[in-house]
Amino acid sequence: MTPLLEVQNLTTRFHTLDGIVHAVNGISYTLEEGETLGIVGESGCGKSVSVLSIMGLIPEPPGKIAAGQVLYRGQDLLKLDEAQMQHIRGHEVAMVFQDPMTSLNPVLTVGRQISETLTVHLGMSEEHACLRAVELLGMVGIPQPDDRYGDYPHQFSGGMRQRAMIAMALACAPSILIADEPTTALDVTIQAQIIDLVKTLRERLGMAVIWITHDLGVVAGLAEKMIVMYAGFIVERGNVDDIYGNPRHPYTLALLKSLPRVDRSSQEKLATIPGLPPDLLGLPPGCPFAPRCAYEVERCRQENPQLAQIGRDHEIACWVDVTTGRER
Amino acid sequence: METAIKGSVASIPDESEAPPLSPGELIWRRFRRHKMALAGVTTLILLILYSLAGTLVFSEAFANYTDTSLRLMPPSATHPFGTDTVGRDILARTIYGGQISLLIGLFAVVVEVIVGVLIGAIAGYYGGWIDAILMRFTEAMFNIPQLFLLLVMAKFFGGKIPTIDIFGRTFSGSVVVIVFIIGLTSWMYLARIVRANFLSLKEREFVLAARTTGTKNLAIIFQHILPNSMAPIIVSATLSVANAILTEAYISFLGLGVQPPTATWGNMLDGAYNYIETAPWLWIFPGMLIVLTVLSINFVGDGLRDALDPRTLTQ
Repeated sequence: MTPLLEVQNLTTRFHTLDGIVHAVNGISYTLEEGETLGIVGESGCGKSVSVLSIMGLIPEPPGKIAAGQVLYRGQDLLKLDEAQMQHIRGHEVAMVFQDPMTSLNPVLTVGRQISETLTVHLGMSEEHACLRAVELLGMVGIPQPDDRYGDYPHQFSGGMRQRAMIAMALACAPSILIADEPTTALDVTIQAQIIDLVKTLRERLGMAVIWITHDLGVVAGLAEKMIVMYAGFIVERGNVDDIYGNPRHPYTLALLKSLPRVDRSSQEKLATIPGLPPDLLGLPPGCPFAPRCAYEVERCRQENPQLAQIGRDHEIACWVDVTTGRER
Repeated sequence: METAIKGSVASIPDESEAPPLSPGELIWRRFRRHKMALAGVTTLILLILYSLAGTLVFSEAFANYTDTSLRLMPPSATHPFGTDTVGRDILARTIYGGQISLLIGLFAVVVEVIVGVLIGAIAGYYGGWIDAILMRFTEAMFNIPQLFLLLVMAKFFGGKIPTIDIFGRTFSGSVVVIVFIIGLTSWMYLARIVRANFLSLKEREFVLAARTTGTKNLAIIFQHILPNSMAPIIVSATLSVANAILTEAYISFLGLGVQPPTATWGNMLDGAYNYIETAPWLWIFPGMLIVLTVLSINFVGDGLRDALDPRTLTQ
């Protein structure tokens, strides 16, 4: 059976005045119907660019998808023209952004922004779309949705705006919801509410979710599979339980160590990863993580490791076996 | 201690008790504070009433009725504003002329806004070579002196358009020509303003969000970005009305504008310069009306600017 979404060797570059920025370097993954995939990594490691590439929303120029395929139910999205892509966006694949403060149009009412999607994609009449928008606002937990329909975004709180964004994304019952750090701009309680909301809706609507975050805790509670990205490469991939229980890439290990935990003494200092992510303008020939890696060996500086199977559904791109500290 | 905390929590007003103001209410509240703008609005309403209600008192035939035996009569009880060089009643002519002048101001700006917004929006949104071509064209239009363009176009199109009958009244075809000439020679500032606005707005996240829901480019331009740049467009358009009225006045003064017998405040000044000292009522009344209109529109524009964009408060 063809998977719902199959990304193969996706490579996105930006041609800037300073040179070519290698933002996404040949990543591949699959997403099954109803499945939740977490994409984790530091800022600037290509998480957002990789999903914007899938949606065909990379500004061209300077961006360019240099290689790869994005198969949605077997159809390559990268080959579609703009009109066909507009049908896919929102209708089949929807997206929620990081900052609900800026991703709602300040001069249009919240209700209008939701009902617009309905009239565009489903060809609903204005009144019908309006009723459905009220229903959607209620579904995402906005109290008195019929009163709130005519409100402007500035009359909503941050959490309510993100709920409205989710309502907008779900308007046409997409099969994939891409959430690009949807809780980063919200405080912790609201964050938990939004995660719960997405969980409930996912089950109710049976959609697949791609959840991008740099908060490993969120992925643990939400996703089944996860991808760890670094410098535009996938460095570790597997089931969430496997990766948390048995992290095998030095970067994943370092990320997990830098996470505060309730069961650890508060006196203990949090581990940090020294250095910065590499400049994507000119990547060194070896493994991009090598300069910051605690397990670095000779080979790391010369050759970039490919993803290799190390367990059932568990792959890493590393020359070293972190359990022994020796080269594999 | 605990009760004190509880008390302080309870004292926070419920969000539903005082709903935040809608954008319209906010704008009106800020506009109201601008006394000169309010005075401007009042004056404008009075001027419009003057040119509309006046038609109930005088007929257009009366305004265009010539009687050379009554030429250059100073203001009197029968002719409160006096008569002009061919004996027409100046009061009646300022009423009918006012209609034409205000209409020209309004419609020329409609033309200007349509052209300016289209060119600015498309250039700003699409960028690249489309932007380059449209902006070079805009600059080329800027580089031709407006007066020269006006005169050439007026000379070229003048008299080619037949008179038009609307609402049982006859308008000289030159009115339409002037509307288009003024509109088509003044859109450049607006196009630049709109382009600059679009350049920054198109990078905002809500545009990306609209694109992810599959919104088409034209819908994004006109339904998502354009409403966000309404503030500068409204302000600029308001000030342009004043400019258009002035422009009409000076082409008509040069004799290339609206052709008599249709009166405008501008063409009433035409020929008055021979009588600046001997018959000042020829230019005082239409001149004053022009000044009053232009001033009030400018005050309204200033008020709107402050009301729509609180960051540029002039105080």
